[in-house]
Amino acid sequence: MRFIFKTSYNQDIQLFRDKVDLGWYVALVVAVLAVPFLLSDYSVGETSWVFIYGICGVSLMTLVGYTGLVSLGHAAFLGIGAYAHAYFLEHGMPWVPSVVLAVLITTVCGFVVGLPALRMTGLYLSIATLAFAVIIQEVFSHWESVTHGFAGMPVGPPTIFGFSFAGSREFYYLCLFFLVLALWVTRNLLRAPTGRAWIAIRDSEIAAQSMGVNLAIYKSMAFAYSAGLMGLAGALFAHKIAYLAPDIFTILLSIQFLLLVIVGGLGSLHGAVFGAIFVALLPPLIAILRDGLPASFADLSTSTGIGLFHIVGDAIGNFLKKPGVEAGIFGLILVLVILLEPLGMYGRWVKIRVFFSTFPLYKADSFKRQKSYMKTERLR
Amino acid sequence: METRRGRVSDFLQLTLNGVAVGCIYGLVALGFVLIYKATELVNFAQGDLLMLGAFVCYMAVVWWGLDYWLAFVLAVVTIAAFGALLDRFVLRYVIGQPQFAVVMLTIGLGSMFRTFASVTWGSEIYTLPTPFGGVWHIGSITLSHQYLSIILGTLALCGALYAFFNWTRIGIAMQATSQNQLAAYYMGIPVKMIFSLIWAISAGVATSAGVLLAPVTLIDTNMGLAVTIKAFAAAVLGGFGSIPGALVGGVVIGLVELYAGGYAKPLGIEDWKDTAPYVALLLMLIVRPQGLFGSLGRKKV
Amino acid sequence: MSLFAAEEIAINFGGIKAVDGVSFAIEKGEVFTIIGPNGAGKTTIFNLMSRIYDPTSGRLKFEGQDITRVAPHRIAKLGIARTFQNIELFEHASLLQNLLLARHAHKKSNFFSELLFLPSVRRMEIEHREAVEQVIDFLDLQQYRDTLIVNLPYGVRKVTELARALCTKPKLLLLDEPSSGLNVEETEDMAFWIQDIKNLLGITVLMVEHDMTLVSSVSDRVLAINYGRPLAMGTPREVQSHPEVMRAYLGG
Repeated sequence: MRFIFKTSYNQDIQLFRDKVDLGWYVALVVAVLAVPFLLSDYSVGETSWVFIYGICGVSLMTLVGYTGLVSLGHAAFLGIGAYAHAYFLEHGMPWVPSVVLAVLITTVCGFVVGLPALRMTGLYLSIATLAFAVIIQEVFSHWESVTHGFAGMPVGPPTIFGFSFAGSREFYYLCLFFLVLALWVTRNLLRAPTGRAWIAIRDSEIAAQSMGVNLAIYKSMAFAYSAGLMGLAGALFAHKIAYLAPDIFTILLSIQFLLLVIVGGLGSLHGAVFGAIFVALLPPLIAILRDGLPASFADLSTSTGIGLFHIVGDAIGNFLKKPGVEAGIFGLILVLVILLEPLGMYGRWVKIRVFFSTFPLYKADSFKRQKSYMKTERLR
Repeated sequence: METRRGRVSDFLQLTLNGVAVGCIYGLVALGFVLIYKATELVNFAQGDLLMLGAFVCYMAVVWWGLDYWLAFVLAVVTIAAFGALLDRFVLRYVIGQPQFAVVMLTIGLGSMFRTFASVTWGSEIYTLPTPFGGVWHIGSITLSHQYLSIILGTLALCGALYAFFNWTRIGIAMQATSQNQLAAYYMGIPVKMIFSLIWAISAGVATSAGVLLAPVTLIDTNMGLAVTIKAFAAAVLGGFGSIPGALVGGVVIGLVELYAGGYAKPLGIEDWKDTAPYVALLLMLIVRPQGLFGSLGRKKV
Repeated sequence: MSLFAAEEIAINFGGIKAVDGVSFAIEKGEVFTIIGPNGAGKTTIFNLMSRIYDPTSGRLKFEGQDITRVAPHRIAKLGIARTFQNIELFEHASLLQNLLLARHAHKKSNFFSELLFLPSVRRMEIEHREAVEQVIDFLDLQQYRDTLIVNLPYGVRKVTELARALCTKPKLLLLDEPSSGLNVEETEDMAFWIQDIKNLLGITVLMVEHDMTLVSSVSDRVLAINYGRPLAMGTPREVQSHPEVMRAYLGG
C-alpha cells in the first residue's frame, strides 16, 4: 500500500493524486494517441465511438451519478445537438460556431427541462424526461423544414479552419480531444463548490438547502450542463453516423446511456469512460463472435475430432444471428451488474487495485456496506 | 343535423374505444402500483410480462388447440408463477438498493424477455383467435365485442382483486405488508412470501391485460414496450400508489390518445395519437407533480 | 435587541395546530433550550426557523431583520446553521467534502471560473479548507477527514453534523437533539463542546433536547412547550420545578 504524505492543502485539490498517478495517466494518453497507428481503419472508426459515448457518459454521470437526478430522455438532447449542428452546417455556417451554437441550444433546452425538476422527485422526474424525449422525437419527425423528417438529413465530414477531418484517424483525434476536454471541465466542476453542491443534492436535499444551496438553481444547472455536453456529443455523433433520422434518438438509446453509467459505475468519471468502452465495443464484439465463432469451433472440432464443438459453435452463431439478440445481451449484462456488482466496472477495478496493493491481506468485507432495508423513497 | 349526429356518434365511438384501450393501460398500471406499494420496486418489465402472457395464450390456443378460456387460465397461471419465481430469484436481492438501480434492473429483464420472445417465436405478428369476433350496432356506433370484452374483463378483474384484498385473510395481510413491512413481519406475516405472491398477482393481471389486448393490437414481441410506457404514465397520473388512481389514469390516457387521434387531424397535425398522452402527462406533472390522486410526502427532519 | 425573536408563530398541518402561538427571544451569547414531550412541536419550531415550513401566522426576526419569508437557502448566509435530529449528512461523500459544502454560503466563484478552475478558485478553495481545518481541530475529527460518511460510526456522524454547522460560521446555531443516540460519555463530550462553542467561539446556541442533565449543565434559559403551546420559561431549575411542566411530563 502506498501512503501519501500530505504537506499542503493543494494536494487535495490536484487533478492527479501524485506523480505516480500522473505517470500512469501520461502512459494512458500516449497509448491512446498511438492506437490509430496500430489498428485498421475500421477499428479506429469503432474506437472513436468510445469517445463519443464517453462524452455522453460524462454528461449523464454528472446528472445521474453526481446530482442524483435520473433522466430517461437524454437521447433527446443528443438529437437536439445533432440536428442543430447539422442544420447550421447545411446553411453554410463554419464548424466551430455551429458546434458552439448547437451546444448553447441544448444547454438552454436542458435548463428549461430542469426547471420543473425542483418540484418533481425521483420517479416523477424520470418519467417527465421520458415524456419530453418522446415529444422531441415527434418534433424531429414532423418539423421537416429543419430536420427533413424521415427523409433523413445527410451530414458531411467536419472541416475545421480548412482542415478536413474526413479520415477516420483525424476524426478519432477530434473526438478524443473533446472527450478529454469534457472530462477536464467536469473534473474541475466536481472539485469546486458547484460539484459539491450537486453531490449534496444527491445525498440530502434538505441538508443541502440548509447549508445554503439553492436547489432550483443547482438542479437546473446540472440539467443544463449535462444537456450541453450531450449537445457536444450530438454534434460529433452527427458526423459519425453521417445521416440523421428521427428514429435514431429513441428511448432505447436513452436507456443505453443509463446502462452505460450503471455498468461503468455510478458516481465516478472513470465509470463513465469504462461504461463507454463497454457500450461502444460490445456490438462489434458480438459481430466478431457471430461471424468468427462457428468457423473457429468447426476448426476445433476437426482438429480434436469431437463433433460436439461444431454443433455448439453453430448453435451460438445461429443464436447471435437472430434479430434483437444484442438488446438481450445488454439486458443480461445490466441485470448481472446490478445483482453482482452494483458499483459497476469502476467498483470492480477499485477492488482489484486494493487486492494487489494490500496483498495478501485483502478482505472482501472491507467493501461491505450496511444495507438499509427500511429506507423508503416514497418520502424525500 | 346529419353531420351533428355523425359528430356525436364519432365522439361516442372514440370514447368507447378510448375507455377500452385505457382499461388495458389501467390494468398494467395496476400491476405497477401493486408491486410498488408492497415492495417499493418499480417493475418496468410489466409490459413484457404482458407480451409473454399473450404469447403463451397464443401457443395454447393455436399450437396445442386448447379452448380459449382454458388457454387464458393457463397463460395467467404460467406467467404468475414466472412472476413469483422472478421475485424469488432476482428481485429479492435488490431490495434496499436505490430505486433507480431496480428500475434499470427491470428494464434489463424486459429486454431479455423481448429477446427470448423473438428468438423463440420470431418477429412475425400473430393473431389470437377469440370468441369475441362479432359486433353490435346501436345507431351508427359500432360496439365491437373485442372492446367490450376488455372493459368487462377489467371490471371483473378489479372486482375480484377488490374482494381479495378486502375480504380474504391473505389480502389483508398484503395490505398490512405494504403499509409497514417491519411491523407486518413482527406480526407473523411471511413478508417474503407475500412479496412473491404480489409479483404473481401483478404478473397475472398483466397477462390478463395481454390476452384481452391481443385481438386489438395483435401479438408481436414489441407489443409490451409501448404499453409499459403508457401504463407508467397512467400510474403516475393516478399518483403512483393509488389503485383506483391507476385505473382512472389508464382510462384518461386511453381517452386522450383516441381523442387526439380522432380530432387532431383537422389541426394539421397527423399521427398525434401516440404523442398526445405524453404531452398530457408532461403538462400534468408540471402543474400537479404528485399526480391526480397522490399526495406528495415530505421527508421528516 | 435580541439576536433572534419569534413572535406568536403558529403552523397548522391539515387542521392540527403543531405550533400554536409561541414567542421567545434569544439573547446574543446564551444557550437557549426548548424542551417538551414527544410531539410537542419542538422540531417544527426548528423547521420554521430554517424556513423549511412556512408559518401560518407570526413573525421571525433575526438581528432585527424580518426573515419570515426569506428563502430557505438564504438562511445559512444570514448566519443561522442547524443540525438534524436523524442526521442528514451527505453519506457518499467524505467528511472533508461534507464540511467544505458547508462553506457554500461563502463561495465567491462563479460557474465559468470553476469550469476552468482558475487560480482564483484554487485560492478560494484553500481559504475554505483553512476554515474547515479549524473546525476539524476544534472537534478532533482529524483522523476521519477522508473517510466516507457511510463508514463512520454514529457518534462520529453526530459530531460531523455539528462540525458541518460550525463550518458555515454561524451567529446562531440550532442543535436538534444533539445527544440523541449517543452514550453517556459521548453526551458529556457534547456538553463540553456546546459550552466551548458558546464561550470560545461566541456562538449563540438554540437547542432542542431531551436529556435533562445535558440541558441543565449547558443552558442559560429553558422554554418548555407542550401541544405547540408554551408552558414555562426560565432557568433550567425554575422550568424543571414548574408545576405545568411536571404535569406535562408525568401526566396527571
